[in-house]
Amino acid sequence: MTGPGTNPASTPGPRVAFDRATDGTLRVRLSGRWTLADGVPPADEVVGELERGARRLVLEDAGLESWDSSLVTFVHEAAAAASRLGVALDASSLPEGARRLLDLARAVKPRVQPAAVEDDALTARVGRVALHVWGTAGDALTFLGETVLAFGALVRGRARFRRIDLLHAFEATGVAALGIVALINFLIGAVLAFVGAVQLQQFGAAIYVANLVGIGVLRELGALMTGIVMAGRTGAAFAATLGTMTVNEEVDALRTMGLRPAEFLVLPRVLATALMMPALVAYADLLGLLGGLFVGVTVLDLGTVEYLRQTQTSVALRHAWIGLAKGIAFGAVVALTGTYYGIRCGRSAAAVGEATTKAVVMGIVLVVVVDAVATVVLHVLRL
Amino acid sequence: MSESAQIEVRDLTMGYGELVVQEGIRFTVSRGEVFVIMGDSGCGKSTLMRHMVGLHSPMAGDVYYDGEGYWEADEERREALKRRFGVLYQYAALFSSMTLEENVSLPLVEHAGLAAAAAREVARLKLALVGLAGFEQHYPSEISGGMKKRAGLARAMALDPEILYFDEPSAGLDPLTSRRLDDLVLEVRASLGTTIVLVTHELPSIFELGDHAVFLDAEKKTMTALGTPDELKESPDPKVRAFLSRGRL
Repeated sequence: MTGPGTNPASTPGPRVAFDRATDGTLRVRLSGRWTLADGVPPADEVVGELERGARRLVLEDAGLESWDSSLVTFVHEAAAAASRLGVALDASSLPEGARRLLDLARAVKPRVQPAAVEDDALTARVGRVALHVWGTAGDALTFLGETVLAFGALVRGRARFRRIDLLHAFEATGVAALGIVALINFLIGAVLAFVGAVQLQQFGAAIYVANLVGIGVLRELGALMTGIVMAGRTGAAFAATLGTMTVNEEVDALRTMGLRPAEFLVLPRVLATALMMPALVAYADLLGLLGGLFVGVTVLDLGTVEYLRQTQTSVALRHAWIGLAKGIAFGAVVALTGTYYGIRCGRSAAAVGEATTKAVVMGIVLVVVVDAVATVVLHVLRL
Repeated sequence: MSESAQIEVRDLTMGYGELVVQEGIRFTVSRGEVFVIMGDSGCGKSTLMRHMVGLHSPMAGDVYYDGEGYWEADEERREALKRRFGVLYQYAALFSSMTLEENVSLPLVEHAGLAAAAAREVARLKLALVGLAGFEQHYPSEISGGMKKRAGLARAMALDPEILYFDEPSAGLDPLTSRRLDDLVLEVRASLGTTIVLVTHELPSIFELGDHAVFLDAEKKTMTALGTPDELKESPDPKVRAFLSRGRL
């Protein structure tokens, strides 16, 4: 958008001059080159002059070399101030194009929106948070109830979902996760052994590293670390997939076809994750023990057979069973969280990202909370 | 309710949370007609459709199918009522992880309990009816917008519904493709006698297809006109007249 008379590069940038007449007319003379490349001069000075008192504002072309939106922006702000202060405006000497754009921008009055009144008192804020938490809790319970009903339908053989989706979910939550689960748990086993070794060696009790790693990994860390990995991996994937389906109205389409999202989308994912988790945890336990063995043999100079025998004699099998049971719970929690945030996703691309983030954060938090509760309960039961 | 009314929307108030989008909506749709829901952007056309197909519960009022209130019915009856209509969504809403054939087969297998092989046969027929023979094994991401709409129509028609809902079928389509889709809608109505409820603001579609229409006003938050498209052109409401003449009064 360049006005007539495009200028040579050497001409100066935008210039504004004021001229006040005795009859209350404020004349604003605009000259020079008005392009966005030269910047947009603030209209503050014009506004200041208007506020000092004027009856008429004349915007005048006093030798404009070239112009684009820079000029129109300046003029628009000046015109808005004039209108606000009840000052008559005369822009007739401006280039025709700029005048027309100014008219176009002023054609529709800006929408006046009543300021939203938000009570900022502490009680009001606490109330809002409480209502939000109450609403979310109710919604989450509804979701959980629908999922339980879906499992009921599964038991009665009446759940409607595609078997292929279940198989895909098995693959995604099982085989596909082996690599990352192996890496994390091997390293955790090794780190645990290393940290323990530094302390135990001082008492000449290095062999007890096998006890530490054995119980720590089988009872606690194998399941916990796998749960956290799955929250970041599978929970996020579920939320993103179902969130995108929600945005694309695919979930609505299922509903109008008479298919329940709880059965069709949630059930296969929760089922697959809960069933695959014990297998993954068993695998994680093995890799964790191997990590401990690796440090025991290479750093502490313990014999392989000696280490394994110490593990076998000191670590009761119930620790492994407890770990596997926790794995089932963690799997269900991660899958439920991921599918919940996916199905409750908003209707924009940004909402999918938000749903995924929430699914991961809430998934990890819930895994740790469930683990803590389980630890207390098992302690009380003396298991 | 008149004798032939298949759908009746009675005193419907709809909204989100505490925000009322539209209230006092009432009209009937007769068997076999094409009924158009129109109005300016943001007036709640699609929201009204979502209430009619059971995706959004009303704040007040109900939608009656042959005299049976959808929202007052129990879960089992609602499932049965859903069997009576198919929906074509604005962007087709095809399941992206399934081929076109699987998309169309899904309601046949999961809802009607058809055997997989039979469902595939029916799906192929439905896809052929909308001109997509040969695209059965394509995924939605591999076909154009117009083809997606047609595949969506094939899926909506899978269970031979008595009523078809269309949410802005022309959205995002070029005039020719849009016209072909309109022709397809008329063809479906002529051959199957399907009742069609169309949400649109496309004037050519409204005049070409619509037997009756309702106009929802975003500012007044209620319906301001009901009748044939030609009657609406002469509506006492200036906004409705302006809308139907594209602002040229």
